[in-house]
Amino acid sequence: MDKNKVREFARNNIVTIMFVILCAVCMVFSGYSPSYVMYELFGRLSRNMFIVLSLIIPIVAGMGINFAITTGAMAAQISCLLVLEWGIPGIGGFALAALMTVPLSALFGWLIGKLYNKMKGQEMIGGLVIGFFANGLYQLLFLFIFDNIIPINNPNLTIKGSKGIANTMDLSREGGIASALDKLWRLPFHQAVLVFAAAIAVILVIGYARSHKRNAKKFGVQLVALAAVAVIAQLPPVKELFSMVNIPMVTFGVVALLCLFNVVIMRTKLGQQFRAVGQNGTVANASGINVDHVRILATIFSMVMAGWGQLIFVQNMGAFQTYGAHGQVGLYAGAAILVGGASVVRATNTQALVGCVLFHLMFILAPAAGKNLFGDAAIGEYFRVFLCYGVIAIALVMHAWSENARKKKASAQ
Amino acid sequence: MAAEYILEMKDITKKYGENTVLSNVSLKIRPGEIHALLGENGAGKSTLMNVLFGMPVIHATGGFSGEVLIDGEKTVIASPHDAMLKGIGMVHQEFMLLPGFTITENIKLNREITKPNIMSRIFGSKMESLDMKAMAADARRALDSVGMSISEYTMVNGLPVGYMQFVEIAREIDKQGVKLLVFDEPTAVLTESEAEQLLKVMKEIAAKGIAIIFITHRLDEVIAAADGVTILRDGQFVTSCPTAETNAVRLAELMIGRSGGAGEFSLVTAEPREFAEGTPLALEVSHLAVNMPGEVVKDVSFEVHEGEIFGIGGLAGQGKIGVPNGIMGVCEATGDVVFMGNKVCLNDAREALASGMAMVSEDRRGVGLLLHESIEDNIVFDAMQIKGDYVKKILGVTQKDTKAIRKHAEDMIKELDIRCFSSLQHTGTLSGGNQQKVCIARALTMNPKLLFVSEPTRGIDIGAKKLVLETLVKLNRELGMTIVMVSSELMELRSICDNIAIVSEGKVVDVLPVNASDADFGLAMSGIRPERGGETHE
Repeated sequence: MDKNKVREFARNNIVTIMFVILCAVCMVFSGYSPSYVMYELFGRLSRNMFIVLSLIIPIVAGMGINFAITTGAMAAQISCLLVLEWGIPGIGGFALAALMTVPLSALFGWLIGKLYNKMKGQEMIGGLVIGFFANGLYQLLFLFIFDNIIPINNPNLTIKGSKGIANTMDLSREGGIASALDKLWRLPFHQAVLVFAAAIAVILVIGYARSHKRNAKKFGVQLVALAAVAVIAQLPPVKELFSMVNIPMVTFGVVALLCLFNVVIMRTKLGQQFRAVGQNGTVANASGINVDHVRILATIFSMVMAGWGQLIFVQNMGAFQTYGAHGQVGLYAGAAILVGGASVVRATNTQALVGCVLFHLMFILAPAAGKNLFGDAAIGEYFRVFLCYGVIAIALVMHAWSENARKKKASAQ
Repeated sequence: MAAEYILEMKDITKKYGENTVLSNVSLKIRPGEIHALLGENGAGKSTLMNVLFGMPVIHATGGFSGEVLIDGEKTVIASPHDAMLKGIGMVHQEFMLLPGFTITENIKLNREITKPNIMSRIFGSKMESLDMKAMAADARRALDSVGMSISEYTMVNGLPVGYMQFVEIAREIDKQGVKLLVFDEPTAVLTESEAEQLLKVMKEIAAKGIAIIFITHRLDEVIAAADGVTILRDGQFVTSCPTAETNAVRLAELMIGRSGGAGEFSLVTAEPREFAEGTPLALEVSHLAVNMPGEVVKDVSFEVHEGEIFGIGGLAGQGKIGVPNGIMGVCEATGDVVFMGNKVCLNDAREALASGMAMVSEDRRGVGLLLHESIEDNIVFDAMQIKGDYVKKILGVTQKDTKAIRKHAEDMIKELDIRCFSSLQHTGTLSGGNQQKVCIARALTMNPKLLFVSEPTRGIDIGAKKLVLETLVKLNRELGMTIVMVSSELMELRSICDNIAIVSEGKVVDVLPVNASDADFGLAMSGIRPERGGETHE
């Protein structure tokens, strides 16, 4: 019985387990100090988590991984360009860019949602191809329409001696929005843990007070665990491990808010509709839910959040490749959430966060491990790219496999 | 109470194009009455319910004539949603439940009780949070009223099928102002004790004044639970009477109906023959189970004599179509099948064909034909693939023997009277009847010793029907081919078969001789093994 449970757990989480082992192996061979790894990891998490979380709603609504979030990223980059052109610096510029991203990415989300409704069951491949297609339009916009038709006056943004937008967009010049969000409030790791622990405790208390089946034991365990984490973070060895980590509080705060939003929305009428549509469109339709409308809303939500995610990404990086930064957004975010143990039909915040951590650990460690093992960093680089696509392929195959097993079991009864 | 009847449907007539599927059907139901609606497949039960629920399919095909009165007032039901508002609910045969939701969430699906929050004040009522406590309380009340003690927070996933049925009922009861519930074959998936419980719950619901339309094919349940019964046959209203004045045998007779004297409906008649004890068996099927979606076979055993025309009948969805598909390897199957003394390897279509069995599929356009290929290629396809006929070697490369194929195809076209321009015409452009003839030609090209024909006359015109049936009789009588014919049309089976097995709920209820009475066939189709006084079979 117990053995069966272990086997079942292993089968359900094969991708995650595989990644944990790989990360551990790479960690050993990379030769990096743990504190450096933590520094790199938290830097990457702060810029990437948001975008991965944006994938959850479409998965819940039964549309699989929304690979078309590339278009959300494009919307963010368009807004970013305009803000730079107008020269609005710092957090004001960032806020304006975030605001402009909303109608743009909502429009893309609406169009793509309509398209998704025309190809139910094929959303993932459709989303991928839409991403490639949209890239063409994006290039037209940035190479021709901007600067030729819509004048761009900031000389730093255009190609020197020619027309069109420059290859790299630098946000760290004067009037840029580099680190606008990150530098608002930074704390060393151990202090940051205290702040977040306090915030989570407040949320837990509120959640407990409003829950219908007041599980006091679970609540107690949660609070104790939280306190333990807060205390452990203050211990000298742990402090040492995270000595290089400086937490951008607002960025992580925004990520936490999005997590909370993902939970809260599932408890609203709309969230209930997302879940119902995701489980069975026919049943949802029979109960009077406008399935197509709900699916479009899910796409819009995802797209707007992805746009914001991309803005967080570029402000953290301080610069981005005008014609390449959005390219892999969908694939990498998709791979990350799958690494965390999500499937194309089921995803949670935890899975997104765990996946993000593992995926980025791999990114940090693989090149160094490759260099130490094979004498060439390129081999490590090869492995991580290979793994990224491999993970998506495995997750899809696993999904098909378990679905088949389920059907067999159902028909056997 | 204002009106005597809660629902009155008067002189409902519905045509799909030229085809009249309901003519002058009436239905009257009192408050608190359990009214059974009986009829074979295609009798018009579903169409009548579609009219009642204002299904889009009715409006899209030109509406209907006749009146619908609710509480004595004439109404027009525009859509299923409208029907719900007017207090008509449906308990579906296929469960409309979400497995990943709790019972509460399912009962309250899209009728959630909500309360406002910060988000909803900005973004509108869709963002209101769910009041799970109030929802659970409502769900509890509904569950209690159907006699279920299970927790309202249980996930539907993993519930026994019977429980799901009750959850479904609880959901309908929870809807405000429900006056009339339609139960569509509610006991089909239940165990005996669950079915009993269901009938009890139905009576309790009825006692509260909610009327129930009970669609079923189990006659004993009708007698046990219903107050009144209405019988439809071929879209015609047969009778409507209180259950107390009738019995199962009488109902079975009315449901099947005499076809008005011998030969009036039967296009072809072949004298049934009796097979003596020692006649060698062509096919022995024992404990066959087939996993075919919608036609699950659970445990079927029967024997077919050499040279017999054996019929398999029963209502749609009961498993009769699964039998040939299982034996021929189209669908996954388990069990023992012995053909001409040799054990047949199941789940291997190639093996089945090679052993001398052939099948004319009920799914002409899907399984039976390659629609974008010519008639002649379709006719010889199996023979070429399985037996290596109609091929020749040129320079060591296997080629189609076009000449031989053409000749054979033209013979077949003439023989079976396939109406076409030439043997090169694509089968997709032929009419249904002619497609069926191509299917038969294809099966015959295999020179089978045993031929399965599944629903051979479905969807083809009367002339083609006659020819198909005549062909089958001719093959049997002149070439001695054993034929197993599966059909929903009992008349057709009775006109050419020697013996008929009736399948219900995936099992053979009985093997009846053709001349058994209507009542016997009716009872068998509803799953009751008829008592045939002293009559023997086999």
